[in-house]
Parts: sequence; structure tokens; C-alpha cells
Amino acid sequence: MTDLTELTIAEALKSLKNKEFSATELTNAYIQKMENTREYNAYVLETPEVALEQARLSDEHYKNGTNRALEGIPLGIKDLFCTKGIRSTACSHILDGFVPQYESTVTQHLLNAGASFLGKLNMDEFAMGGSNETSYYGPVVNPWSSSEPLVAGGSSGGSAAAVAAHLCAGATGTDTGGSIRQPAAFCGITGIKPTYGRCSRWGIMAFASSLDQAGPMAKDVRDCAIMLRAMAGYDAKDSTSVDMKVPDFEQVLGQDIKGLKIGIPSEYRPDGLNKEISGLWDKSAQMLQSRGAEIVHINLPHTPYALPVYYIIAPAEASSNLARYDGIRYGLRVKGEKLDDLYINTRTEGFGTEVKRRIMIGTYVLSAGYFDAYYVKAQKVRRLIKQDFEKAFEKCDVILTPTSPVSAFKIGDESMQENPINMYLNDVFTVSVNLAGLPALSLPVGLDSKGLPLGMQLIGKAFDEETIFKTAYALEKDAAFKRK
Amino acid sequence: MAVDNNTVKQVAFLARLKVEDSKVEQTKDEFNKILNWVEQLNEVNTENVEPLVSVNDTTLPLREDDVTDGNLKTEILKNAPMQEFGYFAVPKVVE
Repeated sequence: MTDLTELTIAEALKSLKNKEFSATELTNAYIQKMENTREYNAYVLETPEVALEQARLSDEHYKNGTNRALEGIPLGIKDLFCTKGIRSTACSHILDGFVPQYESTVTQHLLNAGASFLGKLNMDEFAMGGSNETSYYGPVVNPWSSSEPLVAGGSSGGSAAAVAAHLCAGATGTDTGGSIRQPAAFCGITGIKPTYGRCSRWGIMAFASSLDQAGPMAKDVRDCAIMLRAMAGYDAKDSTSVDMKVPDFEQVLGQDIKGLKIGIPSEYRPDGLNKEISGLWDKSAQMLQSRGAEIVHINLPHTPYALPVYYIIAPAEASSNLARYDGIRYGLRVKGEKLDDLYINTRTEGFGTEVKRRIMIGTYVLSAGYFDAYYVKAQKVRRLIKQDFEKAFEKCDVILTPTSPVSAFKIGDESMQENPINMYLNDVFTVSVNLAGLPALSLPVGLDSKGLPLGMQLIGKAFDEETIFKTAYALEKDAAFKRK
Repeated sequence: MAVDNNTVKQVAFLARLKVEDSKVEQTKDEFNKILNWVEQLNEVNTENVEPLVSVNDTTLPLREDDVTDGNLKTEILKNAPMQEFGYFAVPKVVE
């Protein structure tokens, strides 16, 4: 029999419906693989008993003909999502032993669709990082590594590695500055950050609330379309959730892209852009062109300022959001004589270096006297970045760019350790999208000379994930990327 | 706007974090590197540009001012590192 874990979600659903195997058999195949493949450090908590109980219920649904959209599909959940009765830590020491008494809206939607949860996936601490090296549980190893261990990307590194190594059929991720798309590119999988407001943020530990969005990470475009439909939807518990009908994204796959205008932003091709990446970018544009799409050159003039804007706004929001971790109500408590000592000792021991760095930067830019010079200035430039996209979308329907300026690098890379800005620069092609609140998908299109996956990003208009999916599906067919 | 060692210590206290004396100098340098880098925003003319607070032009929804999730004391206290008499317990604050 074929390895069930290599099936896509769409293939597995079809076989489950045809009773070729049961949800329990499928779940057992994943559990076995998960337990035999711990070298990637993708899971920080395995919950096989939970998954098997859910699979048992799914088998009953199939028997009764009441099967739902993701019935019996075993998923991995990023540790940033609160899962009822299952330890959730954001991969931070400060949330040691935290067991949520409630389920996040997105994971509840997945459970309502019949999915089962194999466990919690590794990530950068509080989603702050681009290499999964800031996790309290240690880095994730990229399944594409050969001679030396490479990073899986971040912050959703565990999600990307688990999907690539078939340790789950699909995974949840979150994306504040590229945290779904960059690890997806590094691990040769597909992931989409939907439009801000499409998925509820309720029950997801907040990093930068005006930027955070949840999204699916899966083996291919179709699986992302299936998962996103289940994850999305209005939620009164998130005041930024948008009350809008969720389309059946799968419907658009295979639709003609003839006449579609593909925007190519010149600012995304800086001098010194890796030749292999710019080559694949050109090739991807040609593939779409040969299907009748039209290539349009566009400008996003404020692109160079996106990273500095991001590294003011995200730490500012983070410093405010992370103020709640005080050692009083949940998680770690380190004793102190006075109340302030307790706060200081708990937070100093509980947070890692990168998280503390960002909290302090955020505290500084929000402090009296500097608020206008940094925070308000950043919010103004943020508007200009958003307007760049609005103007560009008058000339095109979807934008094509590389996802990352590099492929996966080695764990402990010296230049990244030496200067935090070097790590921040990896987000150069992804952060603008979060600042503008737009949807964007990354899909693998080829390998570089080191044999490592490279991803392309498709950026759409707000709430127009359908054009992204349609275009991505066409590109996926032509690129014919071979999965791990 | 370069920060000095004192500012680093002050910001750390505002954030209720402690920077070891031996790490203050290094933290200050990192801080200044990041601040110098973000200051390139000063090149951008933002005259008459409204700060962007939210990407979606929606007004915040209102609801009735009712207590809607009360009676969850047990659940709320479940993760408390220390609790007494049904309350979160903290070190003595009043002398």
C-alpha cells in the first residue's frame, strides 16, 4: 500500500469518502511517522490520543454519511493557537504549562469541519523570528537539509517542516511579517496569508494585532484553498474580523487566466538580487504569460521603507500585547520580594533574547517624547505603502514577486547572529503585504544550485484570494515542483 | 536620537525587564543600530498624511453593555501559579 501520509488533503478526502481506508488508519499512519521523525523538532507536543479519538468520530461520520469538509484529516497546529485542554505556549518559557480553557476560533472552525489535531508545532518564540531559532524548544531542522542542518524558516517553522516531511496533512500558521510565506518557501510547501480580517484572531496569542493573520500551510494550492475556506469566517469575538461571505476557493482552481494582468514591481529587484531567484521569477512570469496572462510593470515606490516601518509598529504592538505576561494569572512565576520584583524576575527569565529586544524597542518608541517621532511617523509611512498597492492594483490584478531573497540558511548562521538587522532583512519581500493588510500566497517553483526550494509570492487585492488561488494553481501546474 | 546607558536601564524598567550591568553596553549598541536603521523614515515626506491605524475601513461593532461571560471563576483560576480563597495571590503590596 502507498504511504498514506504522502497524499494531499484532497486525495485523502476522496479516498476516505470511497472507504479505501478509514480516518483511524490515516491518523495512525501520521502518528507513526510523527513518532519516528523527531529529528526535525517540528512538534513541541504530540497528542496522538486526541487525534485518534477525533478520527474515531470521523469514521462514524463517514459511516452515517454526515462527513464534513475536512472529515478525518490530521492537522498540526502552530503553538500560537490556544487549544482547549492542550498545552499552548507560543514556544516561550513564560507560558510553561499553560493549558487554555478555551479553543481559538480558527481551530474551532477546523474541528467543526471534522479535522483532527496531531499536536502543537514549533515556532519562533511569540512568532518573533525568521528562522525558528528563537523557540524555547530549540530550532526546527529543515527536511531539505543534507550535509548540515538548515533552518526551516520562521516563525511558522514547525508547521512548514511538518508539512514538508509529511508529519501532518496540513498545518495552521500565522503571518505578521512573512511567518507563513517565508518558511513555506524554505521548506518547499504552499502557504497563504489571507486578507487582514478574513480569519479571526480570537484565541491566537497576539504579537502585533494590526498585522497578525492566521492561514493554512499545506502540500499544494488546492489543499490551502480547502483549509482556508474552513478556517475563515466572521467572528464577533474579534472586532477586526470582517463580516463577509467566505467563497469556495476551490471552485476557481483551473479557471482560465487569459487576459489577467500580472504586476511585476521593479523595486523588488534590487541590485545584487540572487541571480537564481531573479531567473526563476522571470521564468514564472513567462509561464503565466504563455497561458495568456499579460505582464505589467508596476511601481511600489515606498518598498524600501517597509522594513523600518514594520520594525517600529510590530515591536510597539508587541510591547503592549506582551505586558499581560506578568507571572500572576498564568504561566511562569519567578518569585520576588515585592510585586515589581516578581514582574521583573518573571519576565526577565521567561522571555528570550529576541522577544526582550523587541519589547524594549517597542517600549522606547511608544514612550513619552518619542511617540510622534517613531510610532506616528511609521503609521504615516504605512499609509503611503498601502496607497502604493492601491495605485498598482489600478493597473494589474495580481502581483508576482519572489517570497524571500535567500533560500534556507544554516542553523546558527554567524552574520544573522551578529546583527539582528541581517535577520530582519530576510522579510524584505513579505512585510509590505502585512502593512497593507493584503492577501499573499507563497508556492514552491524550483530548486537553487544547492538543491533547496525557492518560492514565488502572489499578492492580491484585499479580499480577492480567489485571483491569487487561480493564478497560483496555473503556476503550480507549469512549475511542476517535485515535493519532498 | 542615540540612546545612552541610562535610557537603556530606564526603558528596561518601564518594560519590567532587567538588563544585567555587564549587558547594558551591548544592549545600548544594538538599540542604536536598530534606531539608526529605522530613522531612514525621516527621508519620507509625510506632510498631510494621516497615520494609518487600521487597514480595513470598518467601524468597530458595538454590543449591549451586558456581562456575557461571567461565572467562569474556576476556569480563569485554573492556570494561576498561586491562588488563595478563589483569588490570584501576589506578594504583599500594602505595608
